[in-house]
Amino acid sequence: MELVLALGIGVFTASGVWLILRPRTFQLVLGLCLMSYAVNLFIYAMGRLRVDAPPLVGSEAVADAAIYTDPLPQALVLTAIVISFAMTALLLVVLIAARGLTGTDHVDGEDEE
Amino acid sequence: MALLPSTARNAAGLIAGAVALVSLILTLALYPLIETEGVIRTELPWLPSLGLNLLVRIDGLAWLFALLITVIGLLVIIYARYYMSRRDPVPRFFAFLLAFMGAMLGLVLSGNLIQLAFFWELTSLFSFLLIGYWNHIEAARSSARMALIVTAAGGLCLLVGVLLIGKVVGSYDLDAVLAAADLIKASEYYLPALIFILLGAFTKSAQFPFHFWLPHAMAAPTPVSAYLHSATMVKAGIFVLMRFWPVLAGTQEWYLIVGTAGLLTFVIGAWAAIFQHDLKGLLAYSTISHLGIITLLLGLGSPLGLVAAIFHTVNHATFKASLFMAAGIIDHETGTRDIRKLSGLYAVMPITATLATVAAAAMAGVPLLNGFLSKEMFLAEALDGGSGTFLDVLLPVVATTALALSVLYSIRFVLKTFFGPPPVGLSKEPREPPFLMRLPITVLVLACLLIGIFPAMTVGPVLDVAVRAVLQDDTPYYSLAIWHGLTQPLLLSMLALAIGTAGYFLLRDRLNAARGAPGIGYFKGRRMFETVLAVVISGSRVLEKLLGTRRLQSQLRILVALASLAALLPFLRYGYQLGPNALSPVQPGFAAIWVAGAVCAIGSAWQAKYHRLAALILMSGAGLASCISFVWLSAPDLALTQLLVETVTTVLLLLGLRWMPKRQPVEWPRGRMPKSVIARRGSDLALALLAGAGMTALSLAVMTFPIGHTMSRYFIENAYPQGGGRNVVNVILVDFRAFDTLGEITVLAIVGLTIYALLRRFRPAAESVRMPQQQQVQNAYDHRQEDRALGDTLSDYLFVPRVVIEWLFPAIVVLSLYLLIRGHDAPGGGFAAGITMSIGLILQYMAAGTRSIEERLRIQPLTWMGVGLLLALGTGLGAWLFDFPFLTTWFEYAGIPLLGQVPLASALLFDLGVFILVIGSTTLMLVAMAHQSIRTPSRRVVPPAALSAEGAV
Repeated sequence: MELVLALGIGVFTASGVWLILRPRTFQLVLGLCLMSYAVNLFIYAMGRLRVDAPPLVGSEAVADAAIYTDPLPQALVLTAIVISFAMTALLLVVLIAARGLTGTDHVDGEDEE
Repeated sequence: MALLPSTARNAAGLIAGAVALVSLILTLALYPLIETEGVIRTELPWLPSLGLNLLVRIDGLAWLFALLITVIGLLVIIYARYYMSRRDPVPRFFAFLLAFMGAMLGLVLSGNLIQLAFFWELTSLFSFLLIGYWNHIEAARSSARMALIVTAAGGLCLLVGVLLIGKVVGSYDLDAVLAAADLIKASEYYLPALIFILLGAFTKSAQFPFHFWLPHAMAAPTPVSAYLHSATMVKAGIFVLMRFWPVLAGTQEWYLIVGTAGLLTFVIGAWAAIFQHDLKGLLAYSTISHLGIITLLLGLGSPLGLVAAIFHTVNHATFKASLFMAAGIIDHETGTRDIRKLSGLYAVMPITATLATVAAAAMAGVPLLNGFLSKEMFLAEALDGGSGTFLDVLLPVVATTALALSVLYSIRFVLKTFFGPPPVGLSKEPREPPFLMRLPITVLVLACLLIGIFPAMTVGPVLDVAVRAVLQDDTPYYSLAIWHGLTQPLLLSMLALAIGTAGYFLLRDRLNAARGAPGIGYFKGRRMFETVLAVVISGSRVLEKLLGTRRLQSQLRILVALASLAALLPFLRYGYQLGPNALSPVQPGFAAIWVAGAVCAIGSAWQAKYHRLAALILMSGAGLASCISFVWLSAPDLALTQLLVETVTTVLLLLGLRWMPKRQPVEWPRGRMPKSVIARRGSDLALALLAGAGMTALSLAVMTFPIGHTMSRYFIENAYPQGGGRNVVNVILVDFRAFDTLGEITVLAIVGLTIYALLRRFRPAAESVRMPQQQQVQNAYDHRQEDRALGDTLSDYLFVPRVVIEWLFPAIVVLSLYLLIRGHDAPGGGFAAGITMSIGLILQYMAAGTRSIEERLRIQPLTWMGVGLLLALGTGLGAWLFDFPFLTTWFEYAGIPLLGQVPLASALLFDLGVFILVIGSTTLMLVAMAHQSIRTPSRRVVPPAALSAEGAV
């Protein structure tokens, strides 16, 4: 499982990095989305992988931490998902506005010579 | 005060005057304490671990300077009220002036060296603002910039010097530093520290060769020149020299550097002053010259020299401030400061003329005035050199000559301006100024007289505490008397008076015809400064061209490469290895999902240029793969949120597609891709593969090492007992780390607002303005048919799905509320619920069209965002009512009919705030994008200037 996930993170990262190095704004947005998937999975993987672990604690007095999935990376990733959504939205609007003003969708606002 | 309307001249003056008066009274009230205690300290801890505390330390020297700052500050404020024109934004002036006063007081009252350097830079900054006060005048702006660059650069040097001293002593506390004089003098850092501190002091106090900024600073309003550039700020350098006198002075290096700089400044200032035709220019060079005297006295390193220096500082502040104010009155009343045009003003303004004459006599050192006393002390010190170097012989001769020059320019100032035939060709009719404008000068001139006639009674005790503060037990015997007998200094003083007077009558016509000071005319500080500045600027331009880029791609390449390199370095050093944990067996389904995910990601990267829609769908596929992985790996909350966010992101990007230009295939020259493009893409591909491989290796390595004891354990164990929730992730978000969540939803709200603001001024590109092709075809069809109105086909489009979606709306609302309520105990929560709700809304938009949905529903995302944020904040603040820290939660399980046991935690209220805000913000983003399509494009032609201005936003 670890190997599959690690490879997946790698593929997402590589695709994302390739895209953010491209000159068109839409490519940049997609690239950032892919990179944030990769980073979210990476953060989640820091809590180690568990299949079929209970996500909710019981009502007993003291829950045994050993049998649950690690909640801390999850909370971090949840925050990261929200923030990356906001960032994607903002970036998209900035790029569209720039396109309206400059007449091109090149990331520098002008086509290369 | 900065808030007052710009015409509130009286109100601003009153406030400023009151503040200065209160400071003055407070300063005076401290005197008895200073006299008995010696030093008063008050300490407010700030960064105790770094030895940085706000330390107010007042000793005799600081007190004397504080007295000068407050007294002259008050007088200048009174004067400025009458000097400043109704047309100027006077409240801003007084605000700057008070700010400067505060900074200057902070400087002299600092008990910590870092604090001293900080206030030092503040005074430079306010001096900059005050010199450039008339910011419509080019000279004022460039002079302000020059003064700032010179004095602020000096301030940095001072900081370095102070840091070196702190390193030697091990503390920045002034008392500790003063107690460590021998340690500092013996240290190898002594010389560098001395040089850096002197650079600071010399730039501030306009010592040669940094004196050139001061005459240019006369572009400031005259009250500023009187206050900053003669009485206080330029004395800051002197103050620092006095402050460090016990620890730095007395060595050969000090004697040579400080003495030489002082002597040169003294002579050059006096020489240049006699050739000035501008009243303020004359006074400015005279100030430089007198600052040179003080520096020279300090440079001698003898205790008596220090006494004379402190005494002359006080005297100079009194007579020079009054002379500046008199020059301001003359300028104000006659409209000119050119000494060649002025003449015979005594006839029209006798009181001002008398006051200015007395002050100028004090500057020249006429007996019975304060300048005479300190000049005599100076000459005594000059005769008593005793250093055994060439300076001993030179000093008395040079000093007498330069003093004669100072007598000469004082006489020129008085005789040329106030006496002689009546003036001709003035733009104004000069009159005596109002009483209150003369009052400050009167006070200062009276002080000159009183100090001059009864020195021991007036200035004696004050001078004594200041001297004692520096010299402690080494305070020498000195006598403040007018008559010491027929001594050598007295003879030299008289000689200087005689030579100066004779010189004026011999040379006055040639002086009035002179253009610039001979001998030093070609030695222009300003030109040197501008040359250096030009070299620095062009040098940085070259560097920017060599090293910088405006291209985003190049920047990102460097960023990615550096990040990869940084991640690689530890592995190169320590080697790469996997941890002890065995890899868990691969489940085929999981692997299959990731094969699909990887294909989607690569496909999306492949297609993003020419097939945007396909790339977008493929990217969503990749997102789904990560979403399913979260479910698989026991993180249902993440999966839920990711799925919902994925949906909204896709919708948002789909809405954005409309405004993208059609991409034409690139026509390469000669039908082949150029080598440069292949190389660029090849290196990008290599970089991308490197980054991907690195992430794989890194995450694999981490996952095979056992996880130690982390904070998670605390969260799991306490989620239910303390947070009252069984969904630990949600409890972390709304309870344990609720403050982070509050910040996060604030970010979301800000992003929503930013998008709203950006799109309000949105101008689509020309080719995107027309209706989409499909809509054009549909409308054309409606047009051709007799029985159809325009838009019928559009509204009939997807009729069945539309009805389904409309009927689904209540179900989505219920689902979203369900997600919200159960969030504390089961996967869900305010964020997921909010996104669900906004998906429901946007579905309605898609089904029914923007106009019809807004006729039926009240969509007010801005209000929702505000309510949500206030609710979340209010819940947090509510904890204060019960004496708990911010955002503490309270919970209880309550049985509610029909619903059963429901957790009632205040965290739910917080989550409700999150929920409402998320609906508002997400809807705002989606709707703002959607609205662009139905806006009637404005036909107004945007002028190019407005375009570039908006582009800059």
